[in-house]
Amino acid sequence: MLLAGSMALAACASDEPAGGGSGEGGGGAAAEELRIGLAYDEGGRGDQSFNDSAYAGAAAAADALGADLQELSPNEDASNRAELLTQLAEQGFNPVIAVGFAYDDVIAEVAPQFPDTTFAQVDGSNSDGAKGDNVTGLVFAEEQGSFLAGVAAALKSESAHIGFVGGVESPLIEKFEAGYVAGAQAVNPQIRVDRQYISPAGDFSGFSDPARGQIVAQGMYDAGADIVYHAAGGSGLGVFQAAAGSGNRAIGVDSDQYLTVGDPALQAVIMTSMLKRVDNAVEQFINDYSEGNVQGAEDVLNDLSTEGIGLATSGGFIDDIQDDIDQYAQQITDGTITVPTTIE
Amino acid sequence: MNGLVRRVGLSLLGPVLAVLVALVISAVVIALIGQDPLEAFRVMTNLGDSPSQQVQSIVVILNRAVPLFLAGLAVAVAFRMGLFNIGVEGQYRMATILAAAVGAAVALPGPLHLLLIVVVAMVVGALWAGIVGVLKVTRGVSEVISSIMLNFIALGLASFLLTGPLRGSPPGASIVTTAEIPESGRVPSLNGLLTALGLAAPRSGLHGFLLVAVVVGVVVAVLLQRTRFGFDLRATGLSPSAATASGVDARGMVVKTMLISGGIAGLIGLPDLLGSQYDYGTEFTAGLGFLGIAVALLGRSTPIGIALAALLFAFLDRAALPLQFADIPSSVVTIIQGTIVLAVVIANEIARRLALRSAERAGAAAGPGPQTDGDDGAPPPRAPDGGQRVHTGVPGGQQGAQA
Repeated sequence: MLLAGSMALAACASDEPAGGGSGEGGGGAAAEELRIGLAYDEGGRGDQSFNDSAYAGAAAAADALGADLQELSPNEDASNRAELLTQLAEQGFNPVIAVGFAYDDVIAEVAPQFPDTTFAQVDGSNSDGAKGDNVTGLVFAEEQGSFLAGVAAALKSESAHIGFVGGVESPLIEKFEAGYVAGAQAVNPQIRVDRQYISPAGDFSGFSDPARGQIVAQGMYDAGADIVYHAAGGSGLGVFQAAAGSGNRAIGVDSDQYLTVGDPALQAVIMTSMLKRVDNAVEQFINDYSEGNVQGAEDVLNDLSTEGIGLATSGGFIDDIQDDIDQYAQQITDGTITVPTTIE
Repeated sequence: MNGLVRRVGLSLLGPVLAVLVALVISAVVIALIGQDPLEAFRVMTNLGDSPSQQVQSIVVILNRAVPLFLAGLAVAVAFRMGLFNIGVEGQYRMATILAAAVGAAVALPGPLHLLLIVVVAMVVGALWAGIVGVLKVTRGVSEVISSIMLNFIALGLASFLLTGPLRGSPPGASIVTTAEIPESGRVPSLNGLLTALGLAAPRSGLHGFLLVAVVVGVVVAVLLQRTRFGFDLRATGLSPSAATASGVDARGMVVKTMLISGGIAGLIGLPDLLGSQYDYGTEFTAGLGFLGIAVALLGRSTPIGIALAALLFAFLDRAALPLQFADIPSSVVTIIQGTIVLAVVIANEIARRLALRSAERAGAAAGPGPQTDGDDGAPPPRAPDGGQRVHTGVPGGQQGAQA
């Protein structure tokens, strides 16, 4: 019955185009050209977060190398991630870059099927080679940048009361939280840090819900917090709105949100942003690949020492405490301070 | 004979009209964003160049359609009774996580293991939906409100269970999952069947759960159309007061319908769980319960209609990838899906009025004979709008909205 239905559908659907028939799907590119495949995570291109950041890096590398860049966004519930990677590999794109830890299982499944294709996964570790010999993990020490954000918040807070808004309760976002809390407590052991997640594990709406981001942050500001750090993707916009509405401040995440937020009223409340340079990591990986320097089955760690992680200074709000921040950063890079990655 | 043709024609008119209108609107939108609509439709309908690519595309479509079909069916059973079960989302999430946990915890021989997982999923789904039914008949709580609220509870509870007692993934893993279901609890793929049919072997496996979905569809069709229970259900959906007056136990029907709806909802996650994932985790496909509402609406709440609607949605879903390869924004697909659902709601109403008018005319022409179809305005049970009325209120009241 289902088969019959699908044939009927295919039949009636093929009436639509005038000519019908089969043809090439994509534009035919020159064979010598470097063809980069980029598969986004949920939200896809235009999320003003890590997907866009990955695009910026890939586009920069593609421009510099004269390469062809094919992007693919998953469907709404991101259930077709495996299809994304397989199609890119099948159509000869190489390297293929998957954005997001959500590709963990999928890339381990797909990569071994295409041994001649080089894969990379942003936010996914492959240090043990479990995902295949042709997968490179592009990982970040988010806890280090978050530590500095915590230092900045604690130094700037007048009420010794700050907040953290996480998008979705998950091990990745808990790294941000752990670093932030540790940084704040390093400055002021007595500081109060309110922490809340927008949605529970398994419900990814928390990364794209500014309204709830605003409610959660508003609750913290009402309770007396004067600086709130968000690691909540698109929901962060709501955190900024809550800060602007209540005359407090906020800390952005991933990109320099002072520059990307676009609204002067919100710009004024973004004290700093924890930079996670997905763009640099992706660009660097593509350059390495084009030079034949990718081994596979390893991780490229981006942290404070590689400047893959950092704290934005746009707006000049933290210029007066820059020396303190630099000291903490130095202590992290030389190993005097070890930043926790999980919350106890 | 003529009447039958007209009925079938009228019942097809709504959806076909809706799809056509949606295609025209979508074409206009595609043209507005500076792309060629014909090129877009050509890319969408191109399943691949080689036979194995084409088979793979069909497998992708079918694998996507199976959960959508089950979701649509779960929603439709309640629809036919005049109940708006928005809680399918929570029902299948609760069912899937508990079925995954039970499936991973026990070791039984093949068929028994599978049966246990399926039964657990159906029972959990039914119980979760049953809460809605009981609340409605005992306290008069609108099922719309209670099932939405239960969705939030289900999501939170599933998250608590997943990160707490049922956590099976190693600590520190980015994706939190339950423990894996062993081999004996998995459904084999149907690829052997495909190759036996002389088709090229696809890259990924065709979900074996497809067969279960077909069986469930047939059972529901028989239950609705060929049993006393189904008659009571449809009668209550068409006119709660009339059904009650003729001796249908409306309260019992509400609870039973919700149990059946929830039981089917419990199956939604199983194709993925038993066919490809083998565990429930933070990345498990979400939102199928809500898509099911759209599928049920498009399929006019009949099993065959829902199967077609699920295939259409799955087809559009797959088309998003080739569109991106052709540099056409994949949001085109979302626009088409949205306009189809909107158009179908409108077209259903138009078709219903046309059917009503033609029934009235037929009634008038037949004179005061035994045929009383047109007199009270209620179409016969198999009329095109059968089950399209969605009463959001308590049976007995007529404050419901019509969809």
